[in-house]
Amino acid sequence: MRVNGAWREADVWPGTSLLAFLREALGLYGSKNACEQGECGSCSVWLDGTLACSCLVLAAQAHEREVRTVEGLTSGDRLHPIQEAFLEAGAVQCGFCTPGFVVAVADLLDKDANPSPATVREALSGNLCRCTGYQKILDAVQLAAERRRAGS
Amino acid sequence: MEVLLPHSLDEALEIKAEHPEAVPLSGGTDLMVEMNFGRVRPPAIVDLSRVAELTTWREENGHAFLGSGVTYTTIVREMQAYEPLVQASRSVGSPQIRNRGTVGGNLGTASPAGDALPVLAAYDAEIVLRSRARGERSLPWNLFLTGPKKTATAPDELIIGARWRRLRGPGSFSKIGTRNAMVIAVAGLCLVIDEEHRRVNVALGSVGPTILRATQAEERVSAALASSGTWDDRSAPLNPQWIDEFAELVATAAQPLDDVRGTAAYRRHGCRVLSRRALGWALSERRLPTWL
Repeated sequence: MRVNGAWREADVWPGTSLLAFLREALGLYGSKNACEQGECGSCSVWLDGTLACSCLVLAAQAHEREVRTVEGLTSGDRLHPIQEAFLEAGAVQCGFCTPGFVVAVADLLDKDANPSPATVREALSGNLCRCTGYQKILDAVQLAAERRRAGS
Repeated sequence: MEVLLPHSLDEALEIKAEHPEAVPLSGGTDLMVEMNFGRVRPPAIVDLSRVAELTTWREENGHAFLGSGVTYTTIVREMQAYEPLVQASRSVGSPQIRNRGTVGGNLGTASPAGDALPVLAAYDAEIVLRSRARGERSLPWNLFLTGPKKTATAPDELIIGARWRRLRGPGSFSKIGTRNAMVIAVAGLCLVIDEEHRRVNVALGSVGPTILRATQAEERVSAALASSGTWDDRSAPLNPQWIDEFAELVATAAQPLDDVRGTAAYRRHGCRVLSRRALGWALSERRLPTWL
């Protein structure tokens, strides 16, 4: 499969999830392993451009397909504007849920540059934060959206 | 374990003929949970996500056909003319789940809590199955869903989709749960009005071993709408006592159990509340017929 632009392959047990493949076979630890049942969104990635929980994708389903993970948002040490907005708004507490949220927010802002508060809540309804920092996360989305509109 | 990746429906049917034990996988929102928790270890998996024939829907001869591989996100985006189906689809899981979960998954898993199922039942949909050996067959939804998590699908068959006659009239899907998102319904209800046949159809989810139709309630309220002249004169009011009776008959049709998500009494009460609301919405929509 193509992961963040590069073709990658590994021999794994056929029942391996895409999440386990990314973490254990490719060493991409940004996608987090928490609930393994699609409840928490911590493992959110794009499969052929569509936001999905990688724990619910069989790795073999991504064969010859395009996968983009949180690591693919930026290169090197630079932060993505959404990541910067999360830091500035205080939306990062323990940080475990952050990569999944950042991916879900990037997916939302690609579709809707000026989302209403209700749209943001619905778009992030599949991501759980157990530090319950939701208000700061919603603030971060508005900050990222404003900057993105100002910059484009 | 073997994973098979067919690229066409013919290829997928070929695989099911030769490996009837292969479990179909599409969005993975049911099967992958079971696999991740080690509850199932199928000897083989047939991945249907590349079978393009299953991922489309269409209208033909006054009927709608919904392919089993159509995702809930696609339904919400493209099928606005089928409002109860859109409402049910939007209530499924989260964006991530709706992007992957398919109608075929609701049908194949056959959980009484599958959100699309009460809608298909209220539409009187038939489920289309196909095998290499015997070709295509269709079953009415109630003969397809044979019990909790049980269907009439033969081991060599695949679920191709659902087909129903397009109804003219308002309708809705509503459900009760602890949140607006990521919720397995404690009770779900779809009500549709069929103006052409002057009928009200009501289907219930999560309140019985499988999806239920409240047939007695349907008949009584359809007759009440006739006796009050409401079929012909959309502004003619329905006597409130008929609305009470309707809600009571819908609650009686439920066969709920106590479980971790709710008690039987609460589910039955939920049916009473949902049915009253759904009938009210439909009647006020008839007075402002945007669906014409």
